[in-house]
Amino acid sequence: MLLSGADILVETLLEQGCDTVFGYPGGQILNVYDSLYNYQDKIHHILTAHEQGAAHAADGYARTTGKVGVVISTSGPGATNLVTGIATAYLDSIPMIAICGNVPTTQIGTDSFQELDITGVTLPITKHNYFVGSVDELADTVREAFVLAKSGRPGPVLIDIPKDVQIAKCEYTPEPPVTADEPYAAKEVRIQEAAELINAAKRPFVYFGGGVIAANAQEEMLSLAEKIDAPIGCSLMGLSGVPTDHPRFLGMQGMHGHYASSMAMHNADLIVSLGVRFNDRVTGNRSKFATEAKIVHIDVDGSELSKTVHAVCGLRGDVKRTLAALLPMIEEVRRPEWNEKITALRGEEEEYTDRRDGLTPRNAILTLNRYLGENTAVATDVGQHQMWSAQNLVFRNPRRFVTSGGLGTMGFGFGAAIGAAFGTGERSVLVTGDGSFGMCLNELATAVSYHVPVVILILNNGVLGMVRQWQTLFFDKHYSNTVLDRQTDFPAFARSFGADGEAVSTVEELDAALTRAFEASGPYIIDCAIDKDEFVLPMLPPGGSMDNIIVKVGD
Amino acid sequence: MNRYTVAVLVRNQFGVLNRVTSMFRRRQFNISALTVSETETSELSRITVVFEGEENNKQQLVNQLYKLPDVCSIKELDPDNSVSCELLLIKMKNDPATREEIRAAADAFGAVTVDYAKDYLMFRLSDVTRRIDDFINLMRDYTILEICRTGSVSLEKGGTTIRQVINL
Repeated sequence: MLLSGADILVETLLEQGCDTVFGYPGGQILNVYDSLYNYQDKIHHILTAHEQGAAHAADGYARTTGKVGVVISTSGPGATNLVTGIATAYLDSIPMIAICGNVPTTQIGTDSFQELDITGVTLPITKHNYFVGSVDELADTVREAFVLAKSGRPGPVLIDIPKDVQIAKCEYTPEPPVTADEPYAAKEVRIQEAAELINAAKRPFVYFGGGVIAANAQEEMLSLAEKIDAPIGCSLMGLSGVPTDHPRFLGMQGMHGHYASSMAMHNADLIVSLGVRFNDRVTGNRSKFATEAKIVHIDVDGSELSKTVHAVCGLRGDVKRTLAALLPMIEEVRRPEWNEKITALRGEEEEYTDRRDGLTPRNAILTLNRYLGENTAVATDVGQHQMWSAQNLVFRNPRRFVTSGGLGTMGFGFGAAIGAAFGTGERSVLVTGDGSFGMCLNELATAVSYHVPVVILILNNGVLGMVRQWQTLFFDKHYSNTVLDRQTDFPAFARSFGADGEAVSTVEELDAALTRAFEASGPYIIDCAIDKDEFVLPMLPPGGSMDNIIVKVGD
Repeated sequence: MNRYTVAVLVRNQFGVLNRVTSMFRRRQFNISALTVSETETSELSRITVVFEGEENNKQQLVNQLYKLPDVCSIKELDPDNSVSCELLLIKMKNDPATREEIRAAADAFGAVTVDYAKDYLMFRLSDVTRRIDDFINLMRDYTILEICRTGSVSLEKGGTTIRQVINL
């Protein structure tokens, strides 16, 4: 059938099974929005307050569903407003398609109104991007973009569509939805090597990241840990990958990781690394990182192997398939000695655990835990509240922790929580700080318009807590520009946007407020007062090693 | 520091060179020469990258190239099993006092005189990078007016081609 480019775009999105898109209209994307009007019974468009919110929402949708998130914006400023959202998705390997309008092809290169080289701008933050020069290429470009976004290591792909391409017509032939490239296991010779290393290990540690969630390899990973009797730890991106209360799970490790998890990794003689990077926040000083450990690294992205720390055995391949091929070669063993050490480390961690009464950050998160359903997605922004959440939230199912790990994007959380609510079809939670929330609170308008049930828990300390923590520790308490001293009345703000909220200053008040929040039909803000000098502990100082770990204030 | 030559076959599409060089820039790879041109088929272009660094940097460069969707195949070329060549154009001041010395040196290197005028001489030399470096160094004793060189192009010896490289 003969269709306009705009209609072809919507048809191909529908072809891919996409029924929800996030975005914001504008001059050079008007034709696409006209098609969205005509197709509104088939595709649901969520209008956000800002394009950045739309990008984060598409990201949150993708993280919680495993599907490709789609965001649409106009040219120029609309497109640049997506940039932080695209970069966030890129650093965390989230499948996303960003669609931008642009000025007509005849005007490209003339600096016309709202013209911008968005393919140039997003070159380093997309897996790939396309400038669609002719309507004939459009349908196949969209299909190829979907394949790329979800194949191998997932990531964002941008499609720039000039206005005349949206208007021009061509023949459209529907096709079945594309599938991701077939995942493959690593080379057999590498798998053999890995098996030998694992079978020879005395103190193995299984360390995983977001790649295990993306590859849906939890089961294989747990089988491996069981067979070799090893503890499991994860990166920030791995959280929710295994149930928090799994007996082998020691929690996140790294700069603010669980003590036992970080120490176990530090003491291991073999680290089996699955779909995870060795980012500086994980390793600290690389020359002192797990010095006795050999690293076996499985990753679908070969460029991660030996990128920052040397892997004695690097396996390029899908984590699930590679583990499945590896498992039969692994000897089942029990390691009482190593596990005694792990139990002792857990004991030490217990001693360091913050057990103060009152509305401490930890108590706030523990109180929240009691309200979380099995499938409740929790999004965060970035800073102290993010680490307290990572340390204390209880997860039962994968894809339920939505956080900006790689880029560390303040302002990510609210959009992502909205996207997560659409993705799961359930109430979502945003844990944020007063600083981060200030960067994305405009999206309350979106949550109200669409009656999105989001519980917003602001851990409000009146300061930019994480930066302040660094200033306390490393900058002689020079609190340069981290004291907010704002007069924002968050519950009043909520009401002015048509939502509801309240302020709390005790655990009992928080408990009661959470009861109301989890019954509300729309967004509900809880302004939770905490002390400005609370620290995120333990802390591995930047560039430090486990010898420098700070477990208590005053260390 | 080692010197590596990597041949890359890419889809011949608008902006592909930009994608490759943008990746080199943001990851700060130390590229000493780069050439690009169409190949035996109009759908593919061939990029030859000469790169200086350690083995792990080279591996990272290859791995990162591999991730670009426009890259079709990559082949690291072993200097002992490949033929490399670079083209130099050099313009020298034509001074009667040095003219004969310059021409003798050019002859020794096999450089061809491609232009000659009262005030300048121009030579063309195609050879391996090191020989071209040597020739330029020799010319520094005289007055070099301008230099233009292409960077290395390389082909592996034998009957197989880069298009038959499927896995890395």
